[in-house]
Amino acid sequence: MREFRYEKAADPAGAVALLADEPTGAYLGGGTNLVDLMRLGVATPDLLVDVRQLTSTEVTDLPDGGLRIGAAVPNADLAGERRVRERYPLLAQALLAGASGQLRNRATTGGNLLQRTRCTYFTDVTMPCNKREAGSGCAAVGGYHRNLAVLGATNEGGESPHTCVATHPSDMAVALRALDATVQVLGRDGERSIPIAELHRLPGDDPTRDTTLAHGELITAIDVPALPWATRSRYRKVRDRASYAFALVSVAAAMDLQGTGPDAVVGDVRIALGGVAHKPWRATVAEDALRGGPATEAAFTAAAEAELAAADPLSDNAFKIPMVTNMITRTLLQISAEARA
Amino acid sequence: MVPGSAWGAWGTCVAVDNEITLRVDGAVTPLTVDTRTSLLDALRERLGNTSAKKGCDHGQCGACTVLLDGRRVNSCLVLAVTAEGQEVTTSDGLAGDGPHRLHETFVDHDAYQCGYCTPGQITSAAGVLAEAAQGWPSAVSEDLVAERTDLTDAEIRERMSGNLCRCAAYANIVPAVAEVATEQGVRA
Repeated sequence: MREFRYEKAADPAGAVALLADEPTGAYLGGGTNLVDLMRLGVATPDLLVDVRQLTSTEVTDLPDGGLRIGAAVPNADLAGERRVRERYPLLAQALLAGASGQLRNRATTGGNLLQRTRCTYFTDVTMPCNKREAGSGCAAVGGYHRNLAVLGATNEGGESPHTCVATHPSDMAVALRALDATVQVLGRDGERSIPIAELHRLPGDDPTRDTTLAHGELITAIDVPALPWATRSRYRKVRDRASYAFALVSVAAAMDLQGTGPDAVVGDVRIALGGVAHKPWRATVAEDALRGGPATEAAFTAAAEAELAAADPLSDNAFKIPMVTNMITRTLLQISAEARA
Repeated sequence: MVPGSAWGAWGTCVAVDNEITLRVDGAVTPLTVDTRTSLLDALRERLGNTSAKKGCDHGQCGACTVLLDGRRVNSCLVLAVTAEGQEVTTSDGLAGDGPHRLHETFVDHDAYQCGYCTPGQITSAAGVLAEAAQGWPSAVSEDLVAERTDLTDAEIRERMSGNLCRCAAYANIVPAVAEVATEQGVRA
Protein backbone atom coordinates (compact mmCIF):
# COMPACT_ATOMS: atom_id res chain seq x y z
CA MET A 1 0.00 0.00 0.00
CA ARG A 2 1.21 3.49 -0.82
CA GLU A 3 2.06 5.75 2.14
CA PHE A 4 -0.58 8.26 3.11
CA ARG A 5 -1.27 10.84 5.77
CA TYR A 6 -4.32 10.45 7.99
CA GLU A 7 -6.30 13.37 9.38
CA LYS A 8 -9.48 14.02 11.26
CA ALA A 9 -11.51 17.19 11.11
CA ALA A 10 -13.67 18.86 13.76
CA ASP A 11 -16.69 19.14 11.47
CA PRO A 12 -17.77 18.49 7.85
CA ALA A 13 -16.63 21.97 6.72
CA GLY A 14 -13.22 21.25 8.21
CA ALA A 15 -13.01 18.00 6.27
CA VAL A 16 -13.91 19.77 3.03
CA ALA A 17 -11.20 22.38 3.72
CA LEU A 18 -8.61 19.66 4.38
CA LEU A 19 -9.29 17.96 1.06
CA ALA A 20 -9.74 21.08 -1.06
CA ASP A 21 -6.03 21.55 -1.73
CA GLU A 22 -5.20 17.84 -1.90
CA PRO A 23 -5.99 16.68 -5.45
CA THR A 24 -4.99 13.11 -4.60
CA GLY A 25 -6.65 13.00 -1.18
CA ALA A 26 -9.81 11.07 -0.38
CA TYR A 27 -12.47 10.79 2.30
CA LEU A 28 -12.47 7.64 4.41
CA GLY A 29 -15.89 6.37 5.46
CA GLY A 30 -16.22 2.78 6.59
CA GLY A 31 -13.31 1.86 4.34
CA THR A 32 -14.81 -1.48 3.34
CA ASN A 33 -14.15 -0.70 -0.33
CA LEU A 34 -11.47 2.02 -0.24
CA VAL A 35 -9.02 0.24 2.09
CA ASP A 36 -9.21 -2.85 -0.12
CA LEU A 37 -8.63 -0.79 -3.28
CA MET A 38 -5.63 0.87 -1.60
CA ARG A 39 -4.22 -2.54 -0.70
CA LEU A 40 -4.65 -3.62 -4.32
CA GLY A 41 -2.88 -0.48 -5.56
CA VAL A 42 -6.03 0.68 -7.39
CA ALA A 43 -6.54 3.69 -5.12
CA THR A 44 -3.40 5.64 -4.13
CA PRO A 45 -4.46 8.65 -2.05
CA ASP A 46 -1.77 10.80 -0.37
CA LEU A 47 -4.17 11.86 2.35
CA LEU A 48 -7.16 10.21 4.00
CA VAL A 49 -9.61 12.49 5.81
CA ASP A 50 -11.64 10.37 8.20
CA VAL A 51 -15.33 11.23 7.91
CA ARG A 52 -16.81 8.00 9.27
CA GLN A 53 -18.24 9.67 12.33
CA LEU A 54 -18.20 13.25 11.09
CA THR A 55 -21.59 13.50 9.39
CA SER A 56 -24.84 12.52 11.08
CA THR A 57 -25.41 8.97 12.29
CA GLU A 58 -29.13 9.71 12.75
CA VAL A 59 -32.23 9.00 10.69
CA THR A 60 -34.66 11.89 11.12
CA ASP A 61 -38.20 12.61 9.91
CA LEU A 62 -38.69 15.13 7.10
CA PRO A 63 -41.78 17.38 7.16
CA ASP A 64 -43.30 15.64 4.12
CA GLY A 65 -43.23 12.22 5.81
CA GLY A 66 -39.94 11.21 4.25
CA LEU A 67 -36.65 10.46 6.00
CA ARG A 68 -33.26 12.16 6.14
CA ILE A 69 -30.48 9.60 6.48
CA GLY A 70 -27.18 10.89 7.84
CA ALA A 71 -24.30 9.93 5.55
CA ALA A 72 -22.52 8.20 8.45
CA VAL A 73 -25.43 5.88 9.30
CA PRO A 74 -24.03 2.36 9.00
CA ASN A 75 -25.78 0.15 6.43
CA ALA A 76 -26.74 -2.31 9.20
CA ASP A 77 -28.43 0.40 11.27
CA LEU A 78 -30.33 1.73 8.28
CA ALA A 79 -31.63 -1.76 7.46
CA GLY A 80 -32.63 -2.21 11.09
CA GLU A 81 -34.31 1.21 11.35
CA ARG A 82 -37.99 0.57 11.95
CA ARG A 83 -39.21 3.59 9.93
CA VAL A 84 -37.25 2.32 6.90
CA ARG A 85 -38.65 -1.19 7.29
CA GLU A 86 -42.20 0.13 7.59
CA ARG A 87 -42.19 2.90 4.98
CA TYR A 88 -39.66 1.63 2.44
CA PRO A 89 -39.41 -2.19 2.58
CA LEU A 90 -37.50 -2.23 -0.74
CA LEU A 91 -34.73 -0.13 0.84
CA ALA A 92 -34.39 -2.37 3.90
CA GLN A 93 -34.42 -5.46 1.66
CA ALA A 94 -31.77 -3.97 -0.66
CA LEU A 95 -29.48 -3.21 2.28
CA LEU A 96 -29.95 -6.69 3.74
CA ALA A 97 -29.23 -8.27 0.36
CA GLY A 98 -25.81 -6.60 0.22
CA ALA A 99 -22.46 -7.74 1.62
CA SER A 100 -22.18 -9.49 5.03
CA GLY A 101 -23.16 -8.60 8.58
CA GLN A 102 -19.60 -7.48 9.31
CA LEU A 103 -19.42 -5.21 6.26
CA ARG A 104 -22.89 -3.74 6.83
CA ASN A 105 -21.82 -2.78 10.36
CA ARG A 106 -18.87 -0.81 9.04
CA ALA A 107 -20.06 0.55 5.68
CA THR A 108 -21.73 3.98 5.67
CA THR A 109 -24.72 5.22 3.69
CA GLY A 110 -22.66 7.87 1.90
CA GLY A 111 -19.85 5.43 1.15
CA ASN A 112 -22.24 2.83 -0.18
CA LEU A 113 -23.30 5.26 -2.93
CA LEU A 114 -19.65 5.79 -3.91
CA GLN A 115 -18.56 2.16 -4.21
CA ARG A 116 -16.40 1.40 -7.22
CA THR A 117 -17.23 -1.30 -9.73
CA ARG A 118 -16.32 -4.91 -8.96
CA CYS A 119 -15.27 -5.50 -12.60
CA THR A 120 -12.34 -7.87 -12.18
CA TYR A 121 -10.12 -5.84 -14.53
CA PHE A 122 -10.67 -2.63 -12.59
CA THR A 123 -9.24 -4.25 -9.46
CA ASP A 124 -6.27 -5.85 -11.28
CA VAL A 125 -3.57 -3.23 -11.86
CA THR A 126 -1.77 -5.48 -14.37
CA MET A 127 -4.68 -5.29 -16.83
CA PRO A 128 -5.97 -2.53 -19.14
CA CYS A 129 -8.95 -0.65 -17.70
CA ASN A 130 -10.24 2.72 -18.89
CA LYS A 131 -11.88 3.36 -15.54
CA ARG A 132 -8.71 2.82 -13.50
CA GLU A 133 -6.21 4.21 -16.03
CA ALA A 134 -7.67 6.57 -18.63
CA GLY A 135 -7.02 5.45 -22.19
CA SER A 136 -5.50 2.07 -21.33
CA GLY A 137 -8.30 0.13 -23.02
CA CYS A 138 -10.86 -2.36 -21.75
CA ALA A 139 -9.98 -5.98 -21.06
CA ALA A 140 -13.53 -6.87 -20.11
CA VAL A 141 -15.24 -6.67 -23.52
CA GLY A 142 -13.00 -9.46 -24.80
CA GLY A 143 -12.64 -11.20 -21.45
CA TYR A 144 -14.69 -12.12 -18.40
CA HIS A 145 -17.84 -10.03 -18.46
CA ARG A 146 -20.85 -12.17 -17.60
CA ASN A 147 -21.41 -9.90 -14.56
CA LEU A 148 -21.14 -6.64 -16.51
CA ALA A 149 -23.41 -4.11 -18.25
CA VAL A 150 -26.05 -4.66 -20.91
CA LEU A 151 -27.53 -1.13 -20.87
CA GLY A 152 -25.92 2.30 -21.34
CA ALA A 153 -22.35 1.04 -21.71
CA THR A 154 -19.73 2.43 -24.06
CA ASN A 155 -18.39 -0.30 -26.33
CA GLU A 156 -16.10 0.80 -29.12
CA GLY A 157 -13.91 -2.31 -28.78
CA GLY A 158 -11.21 -3.28 -26.33
CA GLU A 159 -8.63 -0.83 -27.72
CA SER A 160 -10.83 2.26 -27.44
CA PRO A 161 -10.03 4.76 -24.68
CA HIS A 162 -13.77 5.18 -24.06
CA THR A 163 -14.96 1.58 -23.78
CA CYS A 164 -16.38 0.68 -20.38
CA VAL A 165 -18.93 -2.01 -19.57
CA ALA A 166 -18.64 -1.76 -15.77
CA THR A 167 -21.66 -2.07 -13.49
CA HIS A 168 -22.39 -0.16 -10.30
CA PRO A 169 -22.28 -2.67 -7.43
CA SER A 170 -24.59 -1.10 -4.85
CA ASP A 171 -27.91 -2.69 -3.92
CA MET A 172 -28.93 0.24 -1.72
CA ALA A 173 -28.48 2.76 -4.54
CA VAL A 174 -30.94 0.83 -6.73
CA ALA A 175 -33.66 1.15 -4.10
CA LEU A 176 -32.83 4.84 -3.57
CA ARG A 177 -33.07 5.38 -7.35
CA ALA A 178 -36.55 3.88 -7.36
CA LEU A 179 -37.48 6.17 -4.46
CA ASP A 180 -36.09 9.33 -6.15
CA ALA A 181 -33.81 10.14 -3.22
CA THR A 182 -31.88 13.40 -3.03
CA VAL A 183 -28.22 13.50 -2.05
CA GLN A 184 -27.09 16.41 0.16
CA VAL A 185 -23.54 17.48 -0.56
CA LEU A 186 -21.11 19.93 1.04
CA GLY A 187 -18.35 21.42 -1.07
CA ARG A 188 -15.94 24.31 -1.04
CA ASP A 189 -18.68 26.62 -2.30
CA GLY A 190 -21.29 25.44 0.17
CA GLU A 191 -24.16 22.99 0.09
CA ARG A 192 -26.07 21.61 -2.87
CA SER A 193 -28.72 18.97 -3.44
CA ILE A 194 -28.33 16.38 -6.17
CA PRO A 195 -31.24 14.22 -7.32
CA ILE A 196 -29.90 10.67 -7.23
CA ALA A 197 -30.76 10.41 -10.92
CA GLU A 198 -28.00 12.94 -11.52
CA LEU A 199 -25.43 11.55 -9.05
CA HIS A 200 -24.28 8.46 -10.91
CA ARG A 201 -23.40 8.73 -14.58
CA LEU A 202 -22.95 6.54 -17.63
CA PRO A 203 -19.34 6.00 -18.82
CA GLY A 204 -19.80 8.15 -21.94
CA ASP A 205 -16.37 9.30 -23.08
CA ASP A 206 -14.92 9.42 -19.52
CA PRO A 207 -15.25 6.05 -17.76
CA THR A 208 -12.96 7.23 -14.92
CA ARG A 209 -15.82 9.22 -13.42
CA ASP A 210 -18.50 7.23 -11.60
CA THR A 211 -20.42 10.27 -10.36
CA THR A 212 -20.96 13.96 -10.98
CA LEU A 213 -19.39 14.93 -7.64
CA ALA A 214 -16.52 17.41 -7.86
CA HIS A 215 -13.29 16.59 -6.05
CA GLY A 216 -13.66 17.26 -2.34
CA GLU A 217 -17.45 17.31 -2.27
CA LEU A 218 -18.71 15.41 0.78
CA ILE A 219 -22.04 13.59 0.97
CA THR A 220 -23.65 14.69 4.25
CA ALA A 221 -27.13 13.13 4.03
CA ILE A 222 -29.60 11.33 1.79
CA ASP A 223 -33.23 12.46 1.76
CA VAL A 224 -35.89 9.92 0.87
CA PRO A 225 -39.19 11.60 -0.03
CA ALA A 226 -42.52 10.32 1.21
CA LEU A 227 -44.10 7.67 -1.01
CA PRO A 228 -47.08 6.20 0.85
CA TRP A 229 -47.55 3.33 -1.58
CA ALA A 230 -43.92 2.25 -1.16
CA THR A 231 -45.21 0.10 1.68
CA ARG A 232 -45.99 -2.24 -1.23
CA SER A 233 -42.50 -2.63 -2.57
CA ARG A 234 -39.83 -5.26 -3.10
CA TYR A 235 -36.13 -5.68 -3.77
CA ARG A 236 -35.22 -8.90 -5.54
CA LYS A 237 -31.67 -9.95 -6.37
CA VAL A 238 -30.21 -12.81 -8.41
CA ARG A 239 -26.62 -13.80 -7.68
CA ASP A 240 -24.26 -16.71 -8.19
CA ARG A 241 -24.72 -17.93 -4.61
CA ALA A 242 -27.52 -17.60 -2.08
CA SER A 243 -25.85 -14.97 0.10
CA TYR A 244 -22.89 -12.58 0.28
CA ALA A 245 -22.41 -11.92 -3.45
CA PHE A 246 -22.89 -8.99 -5.79
CA ALA A 247 -25.96 -8.94 -8.02
CA LEU A 248 -26.06 -10.44 -11.47
CA VAL A 249 -29.29 -8.49 -11.77
CA SER A 250 -31.61 -6.93 -9.23
CA VAL A 251 -34.96 -5.16 -9.27
CA ALA A 252 -36.29 -2.55 -6.87
CA ALA A 253 -39.99 -1.95 -7.45
CA ALA A 254 -42.99 -0.30 -5.86
CA MET A 255 -46.51 -0.26 -7.30
CA ASP A 256 -49.78 1.50 -6.52
CA LEU A 257 -52.77 -0.56 -7.67
CA GLN A 258 -56.13 1.10 -8.25
CA GLY A 259 -59.24 -1.04 -8.08
CA THR A 260 -59.45 -4.64 -7.05
CA GLY A 261 -59.52 -8.09 -8.54
CA PRO A 262 -58.80 -8.76 -12.21
CA ASP A 263 -59.81 -5.23 -13.23
CA ALA A 264 -57.18 -3.50 -11.10
CA VAL A 265 -55.00 -1.01 -12.95
CA VAL A 266 -51.53 0.32 -12.28
CA GLY A 267 -51.97 3.76 -10.71
CA ASP A 268 -48.28 4.43 -10.40
CA VAL A 269 -45.12 2.35 -10.44
CA ARG A 270 -41.39 2.68 -9.78
CA ILE A 271 -38.84 0.24 -11.18
CA ALA A 272 -35.05 0.47 -10.88
CA LEU A 273 -32.54 -2.15 -11.97
CA GLY A 274 -29.16 -3.16 -10.58
CA GLY A 275 -26.34 -5.12 -12.17
CA VAL A 276 -27.22 -4.00 -15.69
CA ALA A 277 -25.50 -0.63 -16.11
CA HIS A 278 -22.79 1.80 -14.98
CA LYS A 279 -25.39 3.37 -12.70
CA PRO A 280 -28.60 2.27 -11.00
CA TRP A 281 -30.95 2.04 -13.97
CA ARG A 282 -34.40 3.58 -13.70
CA ALA A 283 -36.76 1.63 -16.00
CA THR A 284 -38.75 4.66 -17.22
CA VAL A 285 -39.82 2.97 -20.47
CA ALA A 286 -41.40 0.13 -18.50
CA GLU A 287 -42.97 2.53 -16.00
CA ASP A 288 -44.55 4.63 -18.76
CA ALA A 289 -45.88 1.50 -20.45
CA LEU A 290 -47.49 0.27 -17.23
CA ARG A 291 -48.98 3.46 -15.79
CA GLY A 292 -52.78 3.42 -16.16
CA GLY A 293 -52.80 -0.03 -17.76
CA PRO A 294 -53.84 -3.46 -16.55
CA ALA A 295 -51.93 -5.12 -13.72
CA THR A 296 -51.49 -8.44 -15.47
CA GLU A 297 -48.55 -10.74 -16.06
CA ALA A 298 -48.74 -10.08 -19.80
CA ALA A 299 -48.59 -6.32 -19.24
CA PHE A 300 -45.67 -6.62 -16.80
CA THR A 301 -43.70 -8.76 -19.26
CA ALA A 302 -44.45 -6.50 -22.21
CA ALA A 303 -43.28 -3.47 -20.24
CA ALA A 304 -40.09 -5.23 -19.17
CA GLU A 305 -39.38 -6.30 -22.73
CA ALA A 306 -39.91 -2.71 -23.91
CA GLU A 307 -37.32 -1.51 -21.35
CA LEU A 308 -34.78 -4.14 -22.38
CA ALA A 309 -35.24 -3.44 -26.10
CA ALA A 310 -32.33 -1.00 -25.81
CA ALA A 311 -30.00 -3.64 -24.34
CA ASP A 312 -26.72 -4.30 -26.12
CA PRO A 313 -25.23 -7.40 -24.50
CA LEU A 314 -21.71 -8.78 -24.82
CA SER A 315 -20.98 -12.36 -25.88
CA ASP A 316 -21.34 -13.80 -22.36
CA ASN A 317 -23.97 -11.68 -20.62
CA ALA A 318 -27.01 -11.81 -22.92
CA PHE A 319 -28.59 -14.10 -20.31
CA LYS A 320 -29.23 -10.98 -18.24
CA ILE A 321 -31.93 -9.79 -20.65
CA PRO A 322 -34.44 -12.63 -20.07
CA MET A 323 -33.30 -12.79 -16.44
CA VAL A 324 -34.11 -9.16 -15.70
CA THR A 325 -37.33 -9.37 -17.76
CA ASN A 326 -38.46 -12.33 -15.64
CA MET A 327 -37.37 -10.54 -12.46
CA ILE A 328 -39.44 -7.44 -13.27
CA THR A 329 -42.48 -9.60 -14.07
CA ARG A 330 -42.18 -11.74 -10.93
CA THR A 331 -41.53 -8.76 -8.65
CA LEU A 332 -44.58 -6.85 -9.93
CA LEU A 333 -46.72 -10.00 -9.71
CA GLN A 334 -45.62 -10.45 -6.10
CA ILE A 335 -46.46 -6.84 -5.21
CA SER A 336 -49.85 -7.01 -6.95
CA ALA A 337 -50.69 -10.31 -5.23
CA GLU A 338 -49.91 -8.76 -1.85
CA ALA A 339 -51.98 -5.68 -2.68
CA ARG A 340 -54.95 -7.83 -3.67
CA ALA A 341 -54.67 -10.11 -0.64
CA MET B 1 5.59 -5.75 1.93
CA VAL B 2 6.37 -5.11 -1.70
CA PRO B 3 10.11 -4.52 -2.43
CA GLY B 4 11.09 -0.86 -2.71
CA SER B 5 11.70 -0.97 -6.45
CA ALA B 6 8.04 -1.66 -7.16
CA TRP B 7 7.14 1.62 -5.52
CA GLY B 8 9.44 3.84 -7.60
CA ALA B 9 6.62 5.29 -9.68
CA TRP B 10 4.97 6.51 -6.52
CA GLY B 11 7.91 8.65 -5.51
CA THR B 12 9.74 8.84 -2.26
CA CYS B 13 8.63 6.48 0.46
CA VAL B 14 8.02 8.25 3.75
CA ALA B 15 6.50 6.25 6.56
CA VAL B 16 3.68 8.15 8.22
CA ASP B 17 3.55 7.15 11.86
CA ASN B 18 0.73 7.92 14.24
CA GLU B 19 0.64 7.43 17.98
CA ILE B 20 -2.51 5.67 19.08
CA THR B 21 -3.90 3.79 22.03
CA LEU B 22 -5.61 0.48 21.40
CA ARG B 23 -8.03 -1.10 23.88
CA VAL B 24 -8.04 -4.82 23.20
CA ASP B 25 -9.71 -7.51 25.33
CA GLY B 26 -9.62 -5.22 28.34
CA ALA B 27 -5.96 -4.17 28.03
CA VAL B 28 -4.92 -0.66 27.02
CA THR B 29 -1.72 -0.33 24.98
CA PRO B 30 -0.15 2.80 23.49
CA LEU B 31 1.74 2.20 20.27
CA THR B 32 3.05 3.92 17.17
CA VAL B 33 1.64 2.62 13.89
CA ASP B 34 2.23 3.38 10.23
CA THR B 35 -1.09 4.69 8.85
CA ARG B 36 -1.20 1.69 6.50
CA THR B 37 -1.40 -0.82 9.36
CA SER B 38 -4.68 -2.70 9.55
CA LEU B 39 -6.27 -3.36 12.91
CA LEU B 40 -5.71 -7.06 12.20
CA ASP B 41 -1.96 -6.58 11.68
CA ALA B 42 -1.72 -4.33 14.74
CA LEU B 43 -3.37 -7.03 16.85
CA ARG B 44 -1.27 -9.90 15.55
CA GLU B 45 2.09 -8.34 14.76
CA ARG B 46 2.31 -5.51 17.28
CA LEU B 47 0.28 -6.68 20.28
CA GLY B 48 0.93 -10.41 19.88
CA ASN B 49 -2.82 -11.11 20.04
CA THR B 50 -3.21 -13.85 17.42
CA SER B 51 -6.85 -14.69 18.13
CA ALA B 52 -8.17 -13.06 14.95
CA LYS B 53 -6.76 -14.74 11.83
CA LYS B 54 -5.68 -13.42 8.42
CA GLY B 55 -7.43 -15.33 5.65
CA CYS B 56 -8.02 -13.25 2.54
CA ASP B 57 -7.07 -9.75 3.79
CA HIS B 58 -9.86 -8.39 1.54
CA GLY B 59 -12.94 -8.59 3.77
CA GLN B 60 -14.23 -11.65 1.96
CA CYS B 61 -13.63 -14.55 4.38
CA GLY B 62 -14.43 -13.30 7.90
CA ALA B 63 -11.48 -15.03 9.62
CA CYS B 64 -10.37 -11.63 11.00
CA THR B 65 -13.76 -10.78 12.57
CA VAL B 66 -13.57 -8.89 15.88
CA LEU B 67 -16.09 -6.86 17.83
CA LEU B 68 -15.48 -3.10 17.66
CA ASP B 69 -17.47 -1.40 20.41
CA GLY B 70 -19.53 -4.57 20.48
CA ARG B 71 -20.24 -4.80 16.74
CA ARG B 72 -18.69 -7.38 14.43
CA VAL B 73 -16.38 -6.02 11.72
CA ASN B 74 -13.63 -7.31 9.42
CA SER B 75 -10.46 -6.15 11.17
CA CYS B 76 -8.45 -6.47 7.94
CA LEU B 77 -10.42 -3.55 6.44
CA VAL B 78 -10.17 -1.34 9.54
CA LEU B 79 -7.13 0.92 9.64
CA ALA B 80 -5.60 0.73 13.13
CA VAL B 81 -5.44 4.55 13.37
CA THR B 82 -9.23 4.70 13.09
CA ALA B 83 -9.73 2.31 16.03
CA GLU B 84 -8.25 4.79 18.52
CA GLY B 85 -10.41 4.88 21.62
CA GLN B 86 -12.68 2.02 20.56
CA GLU B 87 -13.03 -1.26 22.44
CA VAL B 88 -11.74 -4.22 20.44
CA THR B 89 -12.87 -7.71 21.47
CA THR B 90 -11.42 -10.85 19.94
CA SER B 91 -12.68 -14.40 20.46
CA ASP B 92 -10.13 -14.73 23.27
CA GLY B 93 -11.56 -11.62 24.90
CA LEU B 94 -15.09 -13.05 24.93
CA ALA B 95 -13.93 -15.45 27.63
CA GLY B 96 -14.46 -14.29 31.19
CA ASP B 97 -13.44 -16.44 34.12
CA GLY B 98 -14.19 -19.41 31.91
CA PRO B 99 -15.00 -20.01 28.26
CA HIS B 100 -17.86 -18.12 26.59
CA ARG B 101 -20.93 -20.26 25.89
CA LEU B 102 -20.12 -20.10 22.16
CA HIS B 103 -16.66 -21.57 22.88
CA GLU B 104 -18.35 -24.45 24.70
CA THR B 105 -21.03 -25.14 22.09
CA PHE B 106 -18.48 -25.03 19.25
CA VAL B 107 -16.58 -27.78 21.11
CA ASP B 108 -19.73 -29.72 22.00
CA HIS B 109 -20.98 -29.69 18.38
CA ASP B 110 -17.55 -30.26 16.81
CA ALA B 111 -18.11 -27.04 14.87
CA TYR B 112 -14.65 -26.87 13.30
CA GLN B 113 -11.99 -29.04 11.75
CA CYS B 114 -8.73 -27.14 11.29
CA GLY B 115 -9.94 -24.30 13.53
CA TYR B 116 -8.43 -21.44 11.54
CA CYS B 117 -11.75 -19.71 10.87
CA THR B 118 -13.13 -20.48 14.34
CA PRO B 119 -12.22 -17.28 16.26
CA GLY B 120 -13.84 -15.28 13.45
CA GLN B 121 -16.89 -17.57 13.43
CA ILE B 122 -17.29 -17.16 17.19
CA THR B 123 -16.96 -13.37 17.29
CA SER B 124 -19.30 -13.16 14.31
CA ALA B 125 -21.81 -15.42 16.10
CA ALA B 126 -21.59 -13.14 19.14
CA GLY B 127 -22.46 -10.26 16.81
CA VAL B 128 -25.35 -12.21 15.29
CA LEU B 129 -26.81 -12.83 18.76
CA ALA B 130 -26.54 -9.13 19.67
CA GLU B 131 -28.14 -8.07 16.39
CA ALA B 132 -30.96 -10.56 16.88
CA ALA B 133 -31.54 -9.24 20.41
CA GLN B 134 -32.08 -5.79 18.84
CA GLY B 135 -34.73 -7.29 16.54
CA TRP B 136 -32.80 -6.68 13.32
CA PRO B 137 -34.17 -8.64 10.33
CA SER B 138 -32.08 -10.40 7.68
CA ALA B 139 -32.41 -11.06 3.96
CA VAL B 140 -34.33 -14.28 4.69
CA SER B 141 -36.72 -12.82 7.28
CA GLU B 142 -40.34 -13.37 6.20
CA ASP B 143 -41.63 -10.42 8.24
CA LEU B 144 -39.46 -7.30 7.98
CA VAL B 145 -41.31 -5.52 10.79
CA ALA B 146 -41.56 -8.38 13.28
CA GLU B 147 -40.99 -7.25 16.87
CA ARG B 148 -38.80 -10.22 17.68
CA THR B 149 -36.14 -12.11 15.76
CA ASP B 150 -36.33 -15.90 15.64
CA LEU B 151 -32.90 -17.29 14.70
CA THR B 152 -34.03 -20.29 12.67
CA ASP B 153 -31.39 -22.42 10.95
CA ALA B 154 -32.00 -20.45 7.74
CA GLU B 155 -31.53 -17.17 9.63
CA ILE B 156 -28.26 -18.38 11.18
CA ARG B 157 -26.92 -19.48 7.77
CA GLU B 158 -27.78 -16.12 6.19
CA ARG B 159 -26.43 -14.05 9.08
CA MET B 160 -23.19 -16.07 9.26
CA SER B 161 -22.59 -15.96 5.48
CA GLY B 162 -19.69 -13.52 5.92
CA ASN B 163 -17.64 -16.28 7.57
CA LEU B 164 -16.22 -18.91 5.24
CA CYS B 165 -15.02 -22.33 6.42
CA ARG B 166 -12.90 -24.25 3.95
CA CYS B 167 -13.33 -27.42 6.04
CA ALA B 168 -17.09 -26.90 5.54
CA ALA B 169 -17.98 -27.30 9.20
CA TYR B 170 -21.15 -25.31 8.52
CA ALA B 171 -23.42 -28.24 9.37
CA ASN B 172 -22.08 -28.17 12.94
CA ILE B 173 -21.61 -24.40 13.24
CA VAL B 174 -25.36 -23.83 12.78
CA PRO B 175 -26.42 -25.97 15.79
CA ALA B 176 -23.56 -24.54 17.89
CA VAL B 177 -24.89 -21.02 17.32
CA ALA B 178 -28.50 -22.20 17.62
CA GLU B 179 -27.94 -23.64 21.10
CA VAL B 180 -26.72 -20.31 22.46
CA ALA B 181 -29.49 -18.47 20.59
CA THR B 182 -32.06 -20.61 22.38
CA GLU B 183 -30.42 -19.92 25.74
CA GLN B 184 -30.48 -16.19 25.02
CA GLY B 185 -34.14 -16.19 23.97
CA VAL B 186 -33.63 -15.28 20.31
CA ARG B 187 -34.63 -18.70 18.95
CA ALA B 188 -38.03 -20.31 19.41
